[in-house]
Amino acid sequence: MKRIVSWLVLAILGLAMLAIPAFLTFGVPAYSDMDLYFLNYGQLQAAANNIVTSVVFDYRGFDTLGESVVLFTAVIGVGLLFRKLHGGEELEDE
Amino acid sequence: MFLNIPYIAVVVLALIGLATILFKRNLIKIFLGIVILESAVNLFLIALGYRDGGIAPIYTNAPAGEEMVFSTVQALTLTSIVIGVATTAVMLTFAMALWKQYGSIETNKIRRLKE
Amino acid sequence: MGVKNLRMSKIVRISANLLYTFVIIFGLYVILHGHLTPGGGFQGGAVVATGVALILVAFSYEDILAMLKKVTYTVQESAGLLLFIGTALLAMGLGVTFFYNYLANSGLLFGMSVPFGPNSGNLDTAGVIPIMNIAVGIEVWGGLALIVFYMLSGIARERV
Repeated sequence: MKRIVSWLVLAILGLAMLAIPAFLTFGVPAYSDMDLYFLNYGQLQAAANNIVTSVVFDYRGFDTLGESVVLFTAVIGVGLLFRKLHGGEELEDE
Repeated sequence: MFLNIPYIAVVVLALIGLATILFKRNLIKIFLGIVILESAVNLFLIALGYRDGGIAPIYTNAPAGEEMVFSTVQALTLTSIVIGVATTAVMLTFAMALWKQYGSIETNKIRRLKE
Repeated sequence: MGVKNLRMSKIVRISANLLYTFVIIFGLYVILHGHLTPGGGFQGGAVVATGVALILVAFSYEDILAMLKKVTYTVQESAGLLLFIGTALLAMGLGVTFFYNYLANSGLLFGMSVPFGPNSGNLDTAGVIPIMNIAVGIEVWGGLALIVFYMLSGIARERV
């Protein structure tokens, strides 16, 4: 039963994903207004040569804040699981 | 046909990742399937922003007179890669905890062994 | 003899000590020049955490307990995140919006202007972006080293 459902899901998703190479052309992006603004005005407003870094830290800095907090939460989760694993006793560096 | 090879590679990688998640029973192989699916999504994001004959969007010692590739999708892919690393770390810690508790990491044996 | 005493041979240990220096220097270069060349905070932090993983593979568990403490990396990770948020909140204290680049094109710390078009880069540019790069690099260094350290202590504690 699980095998039949797995093959069915894979077939439906595979046929739906075949629309990606069929309807998109590689090398001609559709909408370009925002990216042309970043390429033309990035050196004037953010004063950086690297446009990708100025998008990550200046124009879209709020997303980078969320990403740093996600990395911090992952480290907290790993530490919490290992503390629970060894019965709550404190580990080696006392 | 040959101009769309990155998009065909995205579809092939995504189907390989999905098939590994659906058909395998070892927990580490299922996690590898999730990682392959995340790599397919990152490749799709980067391939959306390419312009024909473009160079990297960096002005330091750039050759003059060439047009540049778009830069916002590269910033989104950076965030996606870091979130993939965080997800993989927590998943592997789950695998270690399950192995210590149940003694095996096959998904049909974890269901049957009661404590 | 258990897992705690297993160490690699002398050649591997000396080479790891020598290579760790170069890996740290390259990682700090990638972090600091994030606004001029490809790289930045996340990429450089991952490079330096790979150097820490090299040390963890080459030495035995008792040597590592004598060399590295877990509380160092905890403090380092929290300091990185606090520096990042503090730099962004300082913009609100100066009257502009949250995350505004208040040091770009001014005369202060990283405040030189950049001419338009291709040029050879200057480290003095880009305002608040190098400070954020350093903060995120310190945070990713501490975080990834802490993940590898927790997993190593999880293995080495089961079998004595």
